[in-house]
Amino acid sequence: MSTVLTQSINLLAAILLMLAFAMLSQRRVLSLIHLFTLQGATLALSTAIVGVATHQPHLYFSAALTLLLKVILIPLLLHRVIDRLNVRWDVETLINIPTTLLAGIVLVIFSFYLAQPIAQMSLTITRGTLGIALASVLLSFMMMITRSKAVPQVIGFLAMENGLFFAATAATYGMPMVVELGIALDVLVGILILGVFLFHIREQFDSMDIRHLEKLKED
Amino acid sequence: MSPLFLVLGFPLLGSMALAFFGHRPFARTLNMIFSLGTLVAAGALTMEVIARGPVWVWDQEFFIDPLNVFMVTLTAFVGWTTSIFSSPYMRVEIAQGKMTPARLRLYHSMYQLFSFTMLLALMTNNLGILWVAMEAATLTTVLLVSVYRSAASLEAAWKYFILCGVGIAQALFGTVLLYMAAGKLVGSGSDALLWTHLETIKGTLDPHIMGLAFAFLFIGYGTKVGLAPLHNWLPDAHAEGPTPVSAVLSGLLLNVALYAILRCKVLADGALHNHLASQLMMGFGLLSVVMAALFLWRQKDVKRLFAYSSIEHMGLITFAFGMGGPVANFAGLLHMTVHSLIKSAIFFTVGHATQKAGTQLMEGIRGLITVNPTVGWGMLLGALAILGLPPFGVFASEFLILTTAMREQAWATPFLLLALGIAFAAVFARVQPMVFGETSVKTLPHPPALVPVFVHLGLGLLLGLYIPPYLSTWYAQAARLLGN
Repeated sequence: MSTVLTQSINLLAAILLMLAFAMLSQRRVLSLIHLFTLQGATLALSTAIVGVATHQPHLYFSAALTLLLKVILIPLLLHRVIDRLNVRWDVETLINIPTTLLAGIVLVIFSFYLAQPIAQMSLTITRGTLGIALASVLLSFMMMITRSKAVPQVIGFLAMENGLFFAATAATYGMPMVVELGIALDVLVGILILGVFLFHIREQFDSMDIRHLEKLKED
Repeated sequence: MSPLFLVLGFPLLGSMALAFFGHRPFARTLNMIFSLGTLVAAGALTMEVIARGPVWVWDQEFFIDPLNVFMVTLTAFVGWTTSIFSSPYMRVEIAQGKMTPARLRLYHSMYQLFSFTMLLALMTNNLGILWVAMEAATLTTVLLVSVYRSAASLEAAWKYFILCGVGIAQALFGTVLLYMAAGKLVGSGSDALLWTHLETIKGTLDPHIMGLAFAFLFIGYGTKVGLAPLHNWLPDAHAEGPTPVSAVLSGLLLNVALYAILRCKVLADGALHNHLASQLMMGFGLLSVVMAALFLWRQKDVKRLFAYSSIEHMGLITFAFGMGGPVANFAGLLHMTVHSLIKSAIFFTVGHATQKAGTQLMEGIRGLITVNPTVGWGMLLGALAILGLPPFGVFASEFLILTTAMREQAWATPFLLLALGIAFAAVFARVQPMVFGETSVKTLPHPPALVPVFVHLGLGLLLGLYIPPYLSTWYAQAARLLGN
């Protein structure tokens, strides 16, 4: 029983890593949101399975919270935002996707190298996935750097938060409840503020390209 | 009931009340009253800690010891004086049409909520809640920075949000690792993130995990301190928001972020038995001092100038805590206090000067001493004080930091001296024409509140000349808590 569960956790972790790579190379805004929703669903499922395997009831709660926040609420908000900004069918020109992906692979190797000694000391059944969690954090970070449009940058930010959440589940079976609630609140408020900003940016610059946001430079 | 709940309750209640009444004429006074209430409660809390030693409140969720009670009082004090400065400042902004009723409501409400998040970060015993409060402080200040909704302020706020968001995400990963290290010893549950609990078992925490955890925590909170090379958000955020916000960002938020690092450093030192934490802090501190000093030369905007000066001073304080030991820790704490008093005083005068001149460019600000002698003198004395001229407090703390550095970290001393020299020349060369020089600007419709400027400068002077015995014992106790 527990081997099946452990195997399925590892499978879901692998899916998360693949999703992170998919997001890195995805040029369409709409598909990015779909990928993000899928990432949230994978995360919720893996959290629930860890909960079953370890008999930690508070993980069910955090799985439900993830489902509500990252699969339903935030994607809904994102869809509304891209509709109202009229960027639903936007395709971003990304230069050098192969190079980005190769750099991504280097990041994954680095994450495994960093996480391995620590994972061995962990007592959790999920310890093997810590490297993947760190890798998805770094990959989302890279996604934020390589994007020049505001909406994909926001999605990168949210994906990074997903990676961190997965890291918390992998390393420690999740943070204490009160902390988790606080983090969820911060993320929700943050995304609301960013959503409002997107409209202001559009109004001010007539474009969603954050390359316009480079006036404040040292000269 | 402990006064702690009042310290948190006043700003929280204030933010709710001001969310409804923030646009009314009495809101500016209401803002002052709530801030004063926070200060009084913080004073009562301080009395309690002095009388009874460290206190735990609410099932160990909050913890007050000499280290954080001193910062709570400082935060409440500067929060109050800034609210006094903010009142006439906002009247002028309304008269100039920069603030609409909706923006005023947002501004006042977020000002109080920002105080609340900082105080929560300072007093919580739970390192997870510390992270949540720091992130919430980022969110409230993002709204404060973008309050004018101009292109530049949106850009500054966006950059601030993304950079600090990424930074603070690293801190969350660090917190997860810390929780993992503790969970191995005490099992999971919220106990494993209580700082006082971790402090008692710090010697047995796994050094591998703790090393990595501290590195992530340091990068994360270090971004918020404004340490180079992650400082890019800081000058923009200071320059584009309202000036009272610049004052509290520089004077308070940077301190709170550094406080988070200090708490983590104590744990890392106990677990690691090596100098990783110290070396990281000294290296990045020194880099910030040198880099900021060089950037000071290139500034044209007065608020950016003093923002870079804040990076320099935070770097110096980080360096001092990195050296560790009773003297350097004492000097670091003193420098934190004096910097936060004097830098906010400078921003008060800068705020008035820019409103008068209608520009933040230094070439447009001239002859303050003829137009309004109090503002002119305030800025001149503030600048001299922040540059470390005796007899102000900055001189005392910089002297202690430099002499300790000469003895213990001789390699760093030339860099420090050179950077402080460059900073002196750069800032003084720019402040001098702003204060003297020729001008033809008219006076503003509403007189500024300049009492806070001189109260802050007076306290800065006092700390340079004579530190009252109870204050010095208090500093010494706090310095001891920080260990080596």
